[in-house]
Amino acid sequence: MSANPVLSPGTVYGVVLNSTDEWAAWSAQMNEPPYKAPPKAPVLYVKTANTWSACGRAIAVPARAPEVEIGASLAMVIGTPALRVTAANALSHVAGYVLVNDLSLPHASYFRPPVKYKNLDGFLGIGPKLATADEVGDPASVRLEVRVDSALRQTVDCSRMLRPAAQLLADVSEFMTLRRGDVLLLGLGANRPLARAGQRIEIRAPGITALGTLTNTLLGEAA
Amino acid sequence: MKHARIAYDGATHDATERDGQLLLVDGRILDFDAVVWLPPLAPVPWSRTILALGLNYADHAKELAFKAPEEPLVFIKGEGSLIGHRAHTVRPAGVDYMHYECELAVVIGRAAKKVRRDDAYDFIAGYTVANDYAIRDYLENWYRPNLRVKNRDTGTPLGPWLVDAADVPNPMNLALQTTVNGRVTQSGHTRDMIFDVPFLIEYFSSFMTLNPGDLILTGTPDGVVDCQPGDVVVTDIEGIGALVNTIVSPALTPTLSQGEREKGTP
Repeated sequence: MSANPVLSPGTVYGVVLNSTDEWAAWSAQMNEPPYKAPPKAPVLYVKTANTWSACGRAIAVPARAPEVEIGASLAMVIGTPALRVTAANALSHVAGYVLVNDLSLPHASYFRPPVKYKNLDGFLGIGPKLATADEVGDPASVRLEVRVDSALRQTVDCSRMLRPAAQLLADVSEFMTLRRGDVLLLGLGANRPLARAGQRIEIRAPGITALGTLTNTLLGEAA
Repeated sequence: MKHARIAYDGATHDATERDGQLLLVDGRILDFDAVVWLPPLAPVPWSRTILALGLNYADHAKELAFKAPEEPLVFIKGEGSLIGHRAHTVRPAGVDYMHYECELAVVIGRAAKKVRRDDAYDFIAGYTVANDYAIRDYLENWYRPNLRVKNRDTGTPLGPWLVDAADVPNPMNLALQTTVNGRVTQSGHTRDMIFDVPFLIEYFSSFMTLNPGDLILTGTPDGVVDCQPGDVVVTDIEGIGALVNTIVSPALTPTLSQGEREKGTP
């Protein structure tokens, strides 16, 4: 674990199925076992501190995993504690925004918590810069571009989130306090690209220089 | 030795148990009921990893109508859900089933990565008691058990003591018991864990580094029952401690209206 130069986060929470496109891709099986019903609350997970990687740091990929999935997201960094906030007021609790690369080992099921897929050492690129709310503007206006070895592989349109940033924060704060320094990912896009050891991943938000470009290179893990 | 972390006289303190009282570093000796008990954990520089096991006792897995898992069912909790001994846990209004879970909690002592089970005990600082409350009304089959069930404010009492590993010769040989208002509702034994503590440390450290101060909540045995506001729940593990918690309704928690809070009115 390395100290992050951008922020000293509390707990980092991520969410799947917040993208309307990912929801649509899943909707046919949402009523089937083991899920049996579509999710009502945001489908959350935690990226523990052992996963945090500063921008520029190489990230080790285990030998057993030929490829890892890239989860580009805009992330809200909480400034003032948020508990049972309304969507109208939620974003006043956000100190700023940062880019994250939420890496996962590919997994087909959302039934059990994804710890062994998402909590490997180094599996969350963060940074390089904390942008203020003013510099980002409406988070729904942000578009993320994901490049692998310079080739554009995915675009994440933050306007296509089932719960926009403010609603997501409000719904999570319904049952838990988001504390100062906690981080809440806005959500991953659908059709997330894969990358393998030796490749370089870049995530940027065109037009928002204050967020910078998040770069991490994947390394094969020594046997 | 038994270590506590307390608030007293305007500051937080490390304390140890001595003859049924608390000994502070500066030599003051205090009664147990003179202090506010915090989770017995030293602060850490990064957010603490809290791993929690589901279905890790064969009888509890059966009780919940699951077959025993073939690998650990683990979920993660945020540190914000922790509270100390003798504190209050909120039962939300209108729910039907909120239950305690008495669990042996392992506190990691040094960075553990790719540890073999034969060496696992070398990485443990000590043990404490967790009560990993669940509100089953909120269960959904998406990353189950989901955070709305398991990561609520006040939902994870921890303590009272961190007991040094050296003082727990065999953590796999401890009786667990929960009482509700003095009546025994849950009893079990750590020898009945499906995945024991050395296995869990080997398993987790095979893919993630466990750091000092990280926690593993090792799951709960058979015997969980619904609890109501006013119930006093004591989760007790032999040689580790008796963790006392009282359930309250949201109405008894001092709150301001939405408008008042958002204006920051005291």
